[in-house]
Amino acid sequence: MNSTEPAAQTPSASPSPKRDAVPRISGVGRVLVAVYGILALAATGRSVTQIIGKFDEAPLAYTLSALAAVVYILATVALVVTGKTWRTIAWVTIGFEMVGVIVIGLLSVFDPQLFPHDTVWSHFGSGYGYVPLVLPALGLFWLFKQKGKRA
Amino acid sequence: MITWLTYTIAIIAGLAGLLCVVLGLIGRKPSDLTLGSAALVELLLLVQLVVAIIAPATGNNILGDPIEFYAYIICALIIPAAAVFWGLLDRTRWSTVIVGVGSLAVAVMVIRMEVIWTTVAA
Repeated sequence: MNSTEPAAQTPSASPSPKRDAVPRISGVGRVLVAVYGILALAATGRSVTQIIGKFDEAPLAYTLSALAAVVYILATVALVVTGKTWRTIAWVTIGFEMVGVIVIGLLSVFDPQLFPHDTVWSHFGSGYGYVPLVLPALGLFWLFKQKGKRA
Repeated sequence: MITWLTYTIAIIAGLAGLLCVVLGLIGRKPSDLTLGSAALVELLLLVQLVVAIIAPATGNNILGDPIEFYAYIICALIIPAAAVFWGLLDRTRWSTVIVGVGSLAVAVMVIRMEVIWTTVAA
């Protein structure tokens, strides 16, 4: 996961975090990473299914699905990998998810014609137990907390 | 697919998931019990895969989209394996929670598989 991480790691016992030398994610944050991973897998699986099986039916919705899948994968990686660039990628991808789920969620509710086929973000991710809505919020909160710690 | 088997798998995965989440939250590191529960879920998914492959030969055909069905089962098969791997590498209580979350996700996916199998594709 991270080459700078000590092999036998006890997050609670480690000395005060110093910049990027420590893994960005430890403790409960790893659950966030894992759930991100599962969602990335789910979004990829759905996207591949749609593109193989019925891309012609709704190219817009299914292209969005594929985009969302890529973004989830990037976000998952960005939460784990340390370094300034990846932190920026984490902010951008997770921010994009937050905006995406809200915009597509609203559009799918108020103008269903626009999205007759489901995307991961339709109806605020209700097809995924609203995980796509909750996750970026938690992710942004986590990044924000980290930023505070660093400053 | 065999409905009772599918629901049995979903229930076992759900219970295994709850067990791991609870044990993780009360501070248990990954153990033989918790990692074993994920291994059991993985094994049941393999059984499910075999059943799904054989079922059409016995006249039990999939009514939904086969691509979607197999996407689900392949993703589901990845989850417990990845979770156990994680639990072996990261020996913290949160790994136990992660293993549990993985099994819960599998439970939901198995139910979804049953729906795909038994519902005519639109």
